[in-house]
Amino acid sequence: MRKKTKKLVTTFHTTTEALKAEALCIAHHVEGRMIPVPREISAGCGLAWMSPLEKKEDLWELLKSENIVYEESCEVML
Amino acid sequence: MIYFDNAATSLPKPEPVLKAVLMAMQEAGNPGRGAYEASLRASRLLFEARQTSARLLGVKDPARIAFTKNVTEALNLAIGWIPEGSHVISTVTEHNSVLRPLYRSGNEVSFLEADEDGKLCYGDLDGLLKKNTKAIVITHASNVTGRITEIRRIADFAKAHGLLLIVDGAQAAGAVPIHAEEDGIDIYCFTGHKGLMGPQGTGGIYVRTGLEENWKLTPLNVGGSGIRSFDPTQPEEMPVALEAGTLNTPGIAGLNAGMQYVLQHKPERILQHEQTLARHFIAETRDLPGIHYYGWSQEEIDQIHKETLDRMAPEFWHTGMVSLNIGEEDAAWIADALWERAGVCVRAGAHCAPKMHEHFGTVAQGIVRFSFSWFNTLEEVKTAAEALRDIVLEE
Repeated sequence: MRKKTKKLVTTFHTTTEALKAEALCIAHHVEGRMIPVPREISAGCGLAWMSPLEKKEDLWELLKSENIVYEESCEVML
Repeated sequence: MIYFDNAATSLPKPEPVLKAVLMAMQEAGNPGRGAYEASLRASRLLFEARQTSARLLGVKDPARIAFTKNVTEALNLAIGWIPEGSHVISTVTEHNSVLRPLYRSGNEVSFLEADEDGKLCYGDLDGLLKKNTKAIVITHASNVTGRITEIRRIADFAKAHGLLLIVDGAQAAGAVPIHAEEDGIDIYCFTGHKGLMGPQGTGGIYVRTGLEENWKLTPLNVGGSGIRSFDPTQPEEMPVALEAGTLNTPGIAGLNAGMQYVLQHKPERILQHEQTLARHFIAETRDLPGIHYYGWSQEEIDQIHKETLDRMAPEFWHTGMVSLNIGEEDAAWIADALWERAGVCVRAGAHCAPKMHEHFGTVAQGIVRFSFSWFNTLEEVKTAAEALRDIVLEE
């Protein structure tokens, strides 16, 4: 099977919150993309934001600054 | 992009659908509100869409078709007509658009089981009957496996026991020939954005003539009807009884064009094309280590011979869908790898059909679903199969 590497995966309670986060990340050039939620994480919404591990602090700070509440944000092998 | 998520929303739409939506927005006024040309155009457009729906569903009177915003709304409407205190029969293959309205109703529900290949255990139906059984709510085709329900058999059962039969046609309409009147179906719910090739936000409900004599057809909404404005209550005649407020005329214009396209090309030919692609996909992937298909028996898989596929007649037990998993691998990861590697769009996860996932033991893993359309090609199928092969075999 194709090789996996560790990524930061952030999930949200609703699709609207996930899309808010995506728009924000794009506007602030925080690297990442939408993926379907991996099964290791339970989430209200089927979309998750996947980003490189080194972007963790940038992402969290950005989401906090705009009051976007995420459900989980953790490292997953993908 | 290779789009194989047509069981969610069909894409692309035929050119006449786009033109019909645009024309309605340029030329159609408010339906049923005037005798001037723009209003009449809208009224005629809706009437024509009713006629087309009636043809597609095998119904004589177009007035028995009411438009809704999708199949979920139609099912909520119909399931709401089952009186409190009833017992209802449904199946483990149902989508949440059936399950959640049933649960919300508070009525007791018994579920017809399926076998390991997702085929319904029809022989168990009699055992589910109770003294207060009033209705049976059933999908015409599973959105997880693609298995088509033997609807005539279900209709005969419903008739023999005096049950209201509500059919969820979300996955069948457009690919499976429908004979609602001939088969004795009481209510047939359909959606516009899948096999009927119309816009999202369109759908409808067929209600058998005379059903209102024994069942109270309470609408979801009451309001403007364009007729009898001084009556305090909604008119009871079909279809206005179920259509309060201005309808989505541009959307229904697109749906009408989509249905006409389907009828012109014939549902059975569309099914044949989609089934052929599904079988080719299985033929190209069945040797992959750990692959498991849902909704196909081993015998059905073994019977697929690539050389004869193009001469195959349509078979009315399966839609053009292949659902699978690779070993214990997360379905979401496979779907994302397909997208990232080859631009292949498939559905992963739980498919809004919790009982099917419990049945197959895929609650955590999910299932990867490839659903093909009239517009997909064999070349696309081969590209997707190759991408899946690369993902699975890569060291």
